[in-house]
Amino acid sequence: MQNETDKGLTAKSPHSDPLSWVEKYADYLYGFAMSRLRDEDVAKDLVQDTFLAGLQRLDRFEGNSEEKTWLTAILKNKITDFYRKRSAINLKVINAEDEQQDFFDAESGHWTEKHYPRAFGLEADNPLMMKELGSILNECLAKLPGLWFSVFSMKHMDDLASELICTELKLTAANFWVIMHRTKLNLRACLQKNWN
Amino acid sequence: MTSALKNIIYNCKQATFLIEKRIAGKITTAETLQLRIHLAGCSVCKVYQQQSILINRVFVGFKNTDFKLDEAFKKTLTGKIEKEINKN
Repeated sequence: MQNETDKGLTAKSPHSDPLSWVEKYADYLYGFAMSRLRDEDVAKDLVQDTFLAGLQRLDRFEGNSEEKTWLTAILKNKITDFYRKRSAINLKVINAEDEQQDFFDAESGHWTEKHYPRAFGLEADNPLMMKELGSILNECLAKLPGLWFSVFSMKHMDDLASELICTELKLTAANFWVIMHRTKLNLRACLQKNWN
Repeated sequence: MTSALKNIIYNCKQATFLIEKRIAGKITTAETLQLRIHLAGCSVCKVYQQQSILINRVFVGFKNTDFKLDEAFKKTLTGKIEKEINKN
């Protein structure tokens, strides 16, 4: 390991050519991050961090996996870190059980009238309509508390087991389901409000 | 009627909770039955369920390729990588 110090960042890995990274992988990694974060600035930052982290670990990249897979793994870790940080910030603010209590009547558990789910009146096979709905959904997602968004995204985009998400974000199972429920109630209400 | 059953038949909060739990995880056989009974009599929660499933579909429906980086940012990025490589 003696010549390791000589290598430094200029080390040319026989398995990797960082100068071609942006060309080859930037769009892919950005898409990967965006589909999970729905936030352009954060996604850009994480893509940049991924490349820089990749450069620093270049000597450890042994070409056992595809370059793309390797970089994606780095990005995945960064996204998880981001979820964790964002959730921690929000943890104190939320008491999920208290928020939006008024979706339902406290006594009976019935929908309150102003929160009645109403049909969106859309055609699910109309791609333009679905696209429009998608962009409204993104705006609604941006309004969610960070912890809720993290839970929702980890569950659906990465299809992670609930237990794993609870461990990552330090949640109890009961809390996890309360958040999943609240998140969906909020997203649905937000869509109803902004659709049409 | 058991109290659990009574509870769910009239309780939309509990019903929507079970809907979410069923979509993203598992519910018990008893809960499945409770939910079925609730949905049979509650058109509002039926709308909710449809829309909840739709939201998941739309959320997951975004493809990685739906998002593209602008060229300016890519250029900056390339610059930063070059600079980092040439650092020492």
